[in-house]
Amino acid sequence: MTLDIAEFYQTFFDEADELLDEMERLLINLDIDAPDSEDLNAIFRAAHSIKGGAGTFGFTHLQETTHLLENLLDRARHGELVLDRTAIDLFLECRDVLAGQIDAYRASEEPDQQAYEDMAQRLRTLDEQGSAALAAPAGDKPAAKPAKPAPVALPEGMIRTVMISGIAEDKCSTLVEELGLFGDIESQAYEGDTLTVTLAQPAASDDIESVLCFVVDADQLSFGAAQAEPAGNTAADGAGAEDVVAQAVSEAVAAEREHRPQDNRTQEKATAPAEAAPVAATAAASKPKATGKSSAESSSLRVSTEKVDEIINLVGELVITQSMLEQTIGGLDTEAHGALLEGLNQLQRNARDLQEAVMSVRMMPMDYAFNRFPRLVRDLSSKLGKEINLVTEGESTELDKGLIERIMDPMTHLVRNSLDHGIETPERRKAAGKPAAGTLTLAAQHQGGSILIDISDDGAGLNRERILAKARQNGLAVSDSMSDDEVWQLIFAPGFSTAEAVTDVSGRGVGMDVVKRNIQELGGHVDIRSTFGQGTTIRIVLPLTLAIMDGMLIRVGEEVFIMPLGAIKESMQVQADQLKRVAQDKQLVYVRGEYLPLVEMHRVFDIDNAQSDVLRGIVMVIESEGRYFTLLVDELLGQRQVVVKNLETNYRKVVGISAATILGDGSVALILDVVALSRAGRQSETQVQRAALA
Amino acid sequence: MAEVIANDAARDAAADMEVLVFALGGEEYGVDILKVQEIRGYNQVTRIANVPEFVKGVTNLRGSIVPIIDARIKFGLENAAYDQHTVVIVLNVGERVVGVVVDSVSDVLTLSPEQIKPAPDFGVAAATDHVLGLGSVDDRMLILVDIDRMMSSSELAIVEEVEAIA
Repeated sequence: MTLDIAEFYQTFFDEADELLDEMERLLINLDIDAPDSEDLNAIFRAAHSIKGGAGTFGFTHLQETTHLLENLLDRARHGELVLDRTAIDLFLECRDVLAGQIDAYRASEEPDQQAYEDMAQRLRTLDEQGSAALAAPAGDKPAAKPAKPAPVALPEGMIRTVMISGIAEDKCSTLVEELGLFGDIESQAYEGDTLTVTLAQPAASDDIESVLCFVVDADQLSFGAAQAEPAGNTAADGAGAEDVVAQAVSEAVAAEREHRPQDNRTQEKATAPAEAAPVAATAAASKPKATGKSSAESSSLRVSTEKVDEIINLVGELVITQSMLEQTIGGLDTEAHGALLEGLNQLQRNARDLQEAVMSVRMMPMDYAFNRFPRLVRDLSSKLGKEINLVTEGESTELDKGLIERIMDPMTHLVRNSLDHGIETPERRKAAGKPAAGTLTLAAQHQGGSILIDISDDGAGLNRERILAKARQNGLAVSDSMSDDEVWQLIFAPGFSTAEAVTDVSGRGVGMDVVKRNIQELGGHVDIRSTFGQGTTIRIVLPLTLAIMDGMLIRVGEEVFIMPLGAIKESMQVQADQLKRVAQDKQLVYVRGEYLPLVEMHRVFDIDNAQSDVLRGIVMVIESEGRYFTLLVDELLGQRQVVVKNLETNYRKVVGISAATILGDGSVALILDVVALSRAGRQSETQVQRAALA
Repeated sequence: MAEVIANDAARDAAADMEVLVFALGGEEYGVDILKVQEIRGYNQVTRIANVPEFVKGVTNLRGSIVPIIDARIKFGLENAAYDQHTVVIVLNVGERVVGVVVDSVSDVLTLSPEQIKPAPDFGVAAATDHVLGLGSVDDRMLILVDIDRMMSSSELAIVEEVEAIA
């Protein structure tokens, strides 16, 4: 039994994670004044399913915590407990505690006892106070078994008799224990391979189903009603169930009987407890849910990212092979080889479609990232005493899952910054003639091969003077003639505390340089637009996937390299008067009022037959970590999207090279490591500064 | 019987060894067939700057970026020419895949433990710590190369973690 269950651990953890996320989303969106009963039910079900699974796997703390939470939610959904902000806050905290517990169980550790006790205590307190306020029956003790209200009539979909077919005798005790969560067991019987359990108190059939779904399949379950009810009235709280008429269900049941002769006994047993109509009716209630579930299961599939990456790799190969074929057939006579050319054309289309389809497998909507922020904004705004509306746009924009995960931390950082330093307190906002509540907008959109993520606030904006003053204080080379863009970029300089520099709010010394570096590591960059007094927009520009990069093909001698497109500021041919030679072969290029160090590709990579005359080659202005340098190359061959391949898989890290890629002709081209090249240029840093001051 | 293989403690000395025989200069070498992934021609290799001369660069092996080592340069042989007869043995070294350029590949031989003699301390083109032993088949003599040790030697620096592989 234990072994059987262990196999389902991972499934349970995954499902529990999803349920918790769902719970959080619903809780945050819940309208406190007029909570939607569907939402309350959904929250309840989520808690309940987790509890069920936790019980099955023996995760006691998780089970107890969800049990308490569930009691409260149950009362809330029946309108007995009035929800206010405090209650929602507590539920959210409880959700965090649950997440912690699940993580602990996942790591085969015992969850934090203290956190559990605190949370349990607070949940009980809320329960009791709520009870007092609502004058609930005295016997309604929080620690008791799920305190179901005593409704006048049984609510829809409530049942007392559960029949489980096709199970071994040794599993019965576990199942009965599970069902015990719904209250006392009135009676239980095991016959053939069917277990029949009658509960003392009625419970919702879909609740029972969700508790037992970790142990048995939905089609092994059947229910008897607690009391007779009109058939048309018995739809469960699931949507669409109302449409199912009893007759259709009877047919379905009959059909199923034909399909599954071994289940005959069960079905007959189900009808045995006299109340024939309710049986069909409760079947109607549970039936649509079962179908809904199976279709949800078949419409999505959990696959390890390794497998997906393997497929992406292979498809990449296919596309390269295809383009090699295309080059080979280029010289063929179209008349003589019509069919071949036709076939290859077809292959080309199919290969492209296949590549697109496969790439989309890794894509996730930005929703996945944005969903985390309502909570953060909610918590932070109450902590900071600010009123903030969160607006999200372009949630359906898709982005590589790996990228989304790695962009979360920088995004969180920027959002925190906006809330902390950007948006002002309500008083200040009113004084400035703005609405008391600030607006934080998260927006995502596609633009070419990139995705743009904007984090905008309508707060105070950046203060140019203060940033400049702070930069001088930090010893950075700045001048009053710098453009706004350049000034804003200063806040990304290492050790530049935005808290002191931009607003008066003393804050955490946030490392915007880390944000920028993280984004650059992903092949992206950050832009800032800000108007003093009106707000700031920080734009993250990212490639669509980690596996594909926009690059510029450059030629040096006979070798071809790839320069990440995001790092290139401009390319030019320099004139003699732009060059300045400093000691030891170091040259500087004067570009737009600045002397930038020159890095010669052929020197760094020891390339023969390359253009060594700066005036005849092409000079690219490259940005790395907020600094600029120039790079001498022979020729620009054009812009291309390349598939990034790791060099270290079979070889090792090579200085100056970040990765490799395969070009259309099957040859390997190396992708340049901008940071390492910039270091080569920085060796002449001191000369640069001296020259700039001169 | 175990004493015949002086250098290698890890190998099961009692078992027969199947080796792929390749030629370098005038000598024949053998490498454990289980390490060999495939044998292919020498195609376009992209040079990597600032690495030892015998690391020819990297090539595209069905989508993987694989380094190519020229054993002829490594062993100090002359006239390392690259034409359509140049052979690359693709080897699995630890988790990695490495291509090694040799003069030619001849056959696969099975050596019984009796046919393997410990390596002498002299007269071998390769540094002797890469040599498992000498195999003799009829009147041919094979130099058996320990490819893991050779590839993880610090001078070759194919793999950074020398000990992890050995």
